This record gives sequence, structure tokens and C-alpha cells, in this order.
Amino acid sequence: MLEAVCFYAFAALMLIAALSVILNRQPIYSVLSLLVVMFCLAALFIMLGAYFVAALQVLLYAGAVLVLFLFVVMLLNLERETLARMRVFTLRGVGTAAAMCLLILLWKMLASPQAAARFTDAATARGHGSIEAVGRALFTTYLVPFELTSFLILAAIIGAVTLGKFHE
Amino acid sequence: MIPLTHYLLLSAVLLTIGLAGIMTRRNVLMILLCIELMFNAANLAFVAYARAWGDVSGQVAVVFIITVAAAEVTVGLAIAILLARQLRTLNADEVSLLKW
Repeated sequence: MLEAVCFYAFAALMLIAALSVILNRQPIYSVLSLLVVMFCLAALFIMLGAYFVAALQVLLYAGAVLVLFLFVVMLLNLERETLARMRVFTLRGVGTAAAMCLLILLWKMLASPQAAARFTDAATARGHGSIEAVGRALFTTYLVPFELTSFLILAAIIGAVTLGKFHE
Repeated sequence: MIPLTHYLLLSAVLLTIGLAGIMTRRNVLMILLCIELMFNAANLAFVAYARAWGDVSGQVAVVFIITVAAAEVTVGLAIAILLARQLRTLNADEVSLLKW
């Protein structure tokens, strides 16, 4: 009962915040709304027993990525977004229609009986979302992809620094 | 107990909101924000399936997704700053240098 109340409260708050992300004209409000989405998602991850992922979500997404966004929004001192006049109507119409099609498609797929697996309580009993369990999988089965992400991050750092130093 | 389907449908709605944002907003920063929204929808689906199947691999996938998203945002924001500095615009419609 309590779980259902928590789930629907966080889900509703998350969807409202997500809508506020895409409907706000001011980028800074959108970034702050996305922060609310991240925290609601972290709460849902905890309800799913993924404690380590929830911590990562708060530390990395809310702590690093969104702060980066805030820095850039404040650095660029954005004025209110101007839309290309000719295309406002088509953009809105086509964008919303495409999103609706995707939603209907996903809804049909995910609400089908084959997709409706049941949660097993045995999973949580084994400490399934703990740092130890995730770390064990990360450093044994997924060791090679884990090492490869270091190359990815190195490439991202070099790219960002090179782009940042680029003058004329 | 909340059924798995509820989590998956929530993830689908979140993904749809992100897609609608990408297609209706023209600001480069807003498009990047909406991509983050879609990444998070995928994360939610991964974690829900990890719980349903009692397999930790889904959570490892989320760790990788968060890493990739951080790398993507770093380069994307650097490009956004460069656009603002050089072309004096952040409107994705006006940046058509690569258009044939």
C-alpha cells in the first residue's frame, strides 16, 4: 500500500517535472525541472532495490551533469528562445504527432501479456542492488567495457578542451 | 507490489516527453536536456528489468549509460559554447553549415 502511494506520487511528480522541462521558455527553469526528474528517478531506483544506481544518479546526474548545464546556461546568458516564425506550426504539430505515435506503439508493446513479468522477491533478498553485487559484475563479467569507458571519457575530455580552446 | 508494466509504461511516457521536446524545441541546450530525459527513461526500463529478472546486468548497463551521457554532455556543451561564441546563435535551425 505504502509502496503504491510512493510509486504513484513520485511518478506523477516526475511526469509533471518532465513536462515542465519541455514547456518552459526559460532554459534555467528547464534545467531545474530536470533536477526534480533526476531526484524522482533516484527515489524510484531505490524502490526497485537499485541503491548503488540511485546514488550514482544523484551524484553524477544531479551533481555533475546538471551543474554543467547550469554553468553553461548562466555563462551564455540566454534570452528567451525565439522560434523560426514559418515553422512553428508544423514543428509543433509534427513533433507532437510523432511523439504520440511512439507512445501508442510503446504502450501496445509494453502492456502486452508477454512483457508483464512478475517481480521476484528473491532478487532483493540476495542484496541484488548493493555496491558489492554491481561492483562484482562490473569488474568480472563487464571488465572490458568498463576499461573501454575510460577511453571514451579521455576522448570526451580531449574533445571538450580542444573545442574550448578553438579561436577563429 | 507494483507490477513491472507500470514502471515500463512510466519509462515509455518519459521517453515520449523527451522526443516531443527534441522535436518541438529549437534551442541547442534544450535539445541536449531532452536527450538527457530520454537517457533517463532508458535507465528506468533497465533497472525495472534488472529487478524483474533478478539479474544485476541491467544495473551495470545503467552505470555505462550514465558514463556515456556524461561524455556526450561534455562535448555537446562545448559545441554549444562554440556556437554561441562564433555564430552568435543557439538556434538549431540557423546552424546549417553542414547542410548540402
